[in-house]
Amino acid sequence: MKVLPGEKPTLLHTKVSRRKLLGGAAAAAIVLVEAPFASAVQMAVTQAELTDPTKIPGVPPGQVGTRSAFEKPVKKPSDISSRTPLQDLFGTITPSDLHFERNHNGVPAIDPAKHELVIHGMVEKPIVLTLADLKRFPSVTRICFLECSGNFRSGSEKLSPQDICGLTSQSEWTGVMLSTIFRQVGVDPKATWFLAEGSDAAVMTRSIPVQKGWDDAMIVYAQNGEAIRPEQGYPFRLFLPGYEGNMSIKWLRRIEFSDAPYLTREETSKYTEPVKDGKIRYFSFDIDARSIITFPAYPAQVQKGWIEIRGIAWSGRGKVQRVEISTDAGKSWHSASLNGPVLDKAHTGFRYLWQWNGRETEIQSRVTDETGYRQPTYQELVTARGSKGGYHFNPITGWILKPDGRVLLSNG
Amino acid sequence: MMKTIFKITTSVLLLSWASGFRSFPKPSPAWGIASDTIFNLGRPATPADINRWDIDVRPDGKGLPKGSGMARKGKTIFAQKCAACHGVTGVEGPNDKLVSTDSSQVKAIGNYWPYATTVFDYIRRAMPFNQPGTLTDEEVYSLTAFLLEANQVIKPGTELNAQTLPAVRMPALKKYILDDRTGGPIIR
Repeated sequence: MKVLPGEKPTLLHTKVSRRKLLGGAAAAAIVLVEAPFASAVQMAVTQAELTDPTKIPGVPPGQVGTRSAFEKPVKKPSDISSRTPLQDLFGTITPSDLHFERNHNGVPAIDPAKHELVIHGMVEKPIVLTLADLKRFPSVTRICFLECSGNFRSGSEKLSPQDICGLTSQSEWTGVMLSTIFRQVGVDPKATWFLAEGSDAAVMTRSIPVQKGWDDAMIVYAQNGEAIRPEQGYPFRLFLPGYEGNMSIKWLRRIEFSDAPYLTREETSKYTEPVKDGKIRYFSFDIDARSIITFPAYPAQVQKGWIEIRGIAWSGRGKVQRVEISTDAGKSWHSASLNGPVLDKAHTGFRYLWQWNGRETEIQSRVTDETGYRQPTYQELVTARGSKGGYHFNPITGWILKPDGRVLLSNG
Repeated sequence: MMKTIFKITTSVLLLSWASGFRSFPKPSPAWGIASDTIFNLGRPATPADINRWDIDVRPDGKGLPKGSGMARKGKTIFAQKCAACHGVTGVEGPNDKLVSTDSSQVKAIGNYWPYATTVFDYIRRAMPFNQPGTLTDEEVYSLTAFLLEANQVIKPGTELNAQTLPAVRMPALKKYILDDRTGGPIIR
């Protein structure tokens, strides 16, 4: 079957594009019916040939690519967040449409031509910047993870990596160093904090140490090679590498310099954690080192023999130094291979080749970061904090392999 | 110019240290500097640019507007605009429980919030959830008074304004400790 020059190829192409999501055989049949020379082709093609991709022309080039109709990774939404399907991904870059979300009153619709960023307070020269202005500054591109500090779930053996800690994702971010803008506005040396404020319906605010702005903070307008997604802060957001996600204020509209923190609702009544002696710890900025095995993990089914244990590890305090794997519930540990390059404050892939004898056992991973911090067990964390959860809870995750090949979360 | 920048950075570091907040890591040159040049992009911010959005309030009261409110009026507003999500007395839900004087209960204003000014700031910027930013300053003062009185933080009949609100002492403040972890092997 051919599309000859002048034989209404657009009709064919339109039908294919519209229908292809329906999947293999159904789409092929419609193409055949509505294509030029349809009747002649129908007579010539058998049912077997209908499913043979070498017997019909494929879909022509298009404007926007799509996933295979056979691949359906999806986020898992709740009222306030949506979780990345870590167990369905490869490598360490999260596809932008699968990046986790945590919003405090929905995703705003913002016209970049009308959006402004006001920078004021303890500065020599308060300014207003637009997206176009930001793009004129020297740009920096950096791969970093972003994680919500409330990223621990347990309580059922049928939880996937997405359920347990799907509020972490990784992108290549592009934008402006905040320090470049600090220099322009002339930050008062007495300013120790700045307030960042979003243009969402929560008018979300966090206080951030000025020093983080000089160190490595950015305002980013691009994610994985294209404009940042609305769910991630379009037209631009603050980005604080290694810090708990909510501080990287999305839909950024205002920065105000101050000589004291503001103690906003989010940094007092929400993103704080109970610790020993009835105390409440606040301004816990850094994400503690964590790792998780994403294969094999619930809901995967495995077979005995060779299994490549895979996963990701990360730390908000620097680089991953080492990941260790246990295949005997934490009794002994072996170094996993890291998938280089190992980047600062970035999800790092690890792998460990293992031969499973088919008997029930528990596999675990633990990371050590470059500060020497080693990911604790659940019990170590409970003992140290005096609590069984809360923000910044990063225990070792174990998976139990059953003789029938099921993989279930160990609640240790 | 480099000298100026160095001075600013150093001063900020010293101030941060001296103020008892965290000790900060040293700047990382690999990521910290895109350019030392000053580009003078954008436009100067006018007072009007700033005033349209500058609604934040600090614990010392900086940013509080004129006006005042009391719990009696706040109770009426709460019934009309807040009770559907937080319950008639602020404990019934279905959303966040706002009232508690019992430290063992879930996080509420009376047992968990460390600063009274935060209550005003948050209500003004983000409530009611389906109509954020629609309350007048008087209404926000009144609602703040209603909630602080219900939590037994202020005496019945207390008028809240820019002077009295920052003076309110919250019971939970004494529980708050700064995160002082900087990595290393200790689990805390």
